[in-house]
Amino acid sequence: MTKMLAVPTQVYRVYIKATPQAVWDAITKPEWTAKYGYGGRMEYDLRPGGSFRGYTSEAMKKGGAAKGIHVPDVAIEGEVVETDAPRKLVLKWHMVMDPATTAESFTRLTDEIEDMKGGVTKLTLIHDLEGAPRLAGIISGTWEDQGAGGGWSWVLSDLKSLLETGKGFMG
Amino acid sequence: MFKALADPTRRFLLDLLFERDGRTLTELESELEMTRFGVMKHLRILEDASLVVTRRSGRKKLHFLNPVPIRLIHDRWIDKYRERHVSALADLKQELEEEAT
Repeated sequence: MTKMLAVPTQVYRVYIKATPQAVWDAITKPEWTAKYGYGGRMEYDLRPGGSFRGYTSEAMKKGGAAKGIHVPDVAIEGEVVETDAPRKLVLKWHMVMDPATTAESFTRLTDEIEDMKGGVTKLTLIHDLEGAPRLAGIISGTWEDQGAGGGWSWVLSDLKSLLETGKGFMG
Repeated sequence: MFKALADPTRRFLLDLLFERDGRTLTELESELEMTRFGVMKHLRILEDASLVVTRRSGRKKLHFLNPVPIRLIHDRWIDKYRERHVSALADLKQELEEEAT
């Protein structure tokens, strides 16, 4: 019997009443990414090898300052591995908000968008977190009660709310 | 989703995936006193409710816990009523304390 290794992958899936293109835009366009989840603008150079950056929001900076924590301008950076609008986006993804996550490996984030007919889109997010245990804790919402946010399930829940009702949790 | 959660075997399967995600049917089956077919049936119900998502990795089919549906219930129901409950509890506490004095 071989020793089993824990698979450091997290998978999230949500069904959204919206078109695949609307879901794609909400993921890749900065004016959309600022409206849900952590509220930071994401700027992508959408081609293989292109770079991307996720910026911290003013609310995050203020929240940090109130606790005496310096919040940098850039939260996430990385590289586009594969892009197939509006179906698939693969990224090399690195959180650089604090020294602990910055010291960890680059992770691999895949968004799969599937048209389910009837105006429903299936969004599946696969995050390979080999060598990034600290990030794995953040994105699974482990420290939500300490103000670290609810991770991907919270972000996707907010995204669904925004696309279906025009209103996210920020109102 | 509530139907999917209403069965102890299915809740146990979710607990197993919470402990360690990305398991195969064989790995899950070894934790249960049940036929392979029975475990498959339960996994299918969990998959239909989107609580479990499967991914292929080489020749293996891995099962992952998807927390989003539970999050949606939380955001839709719990948050909305939490404030009211908290204030109701605070009122109750105040009433009881007043009675006691």
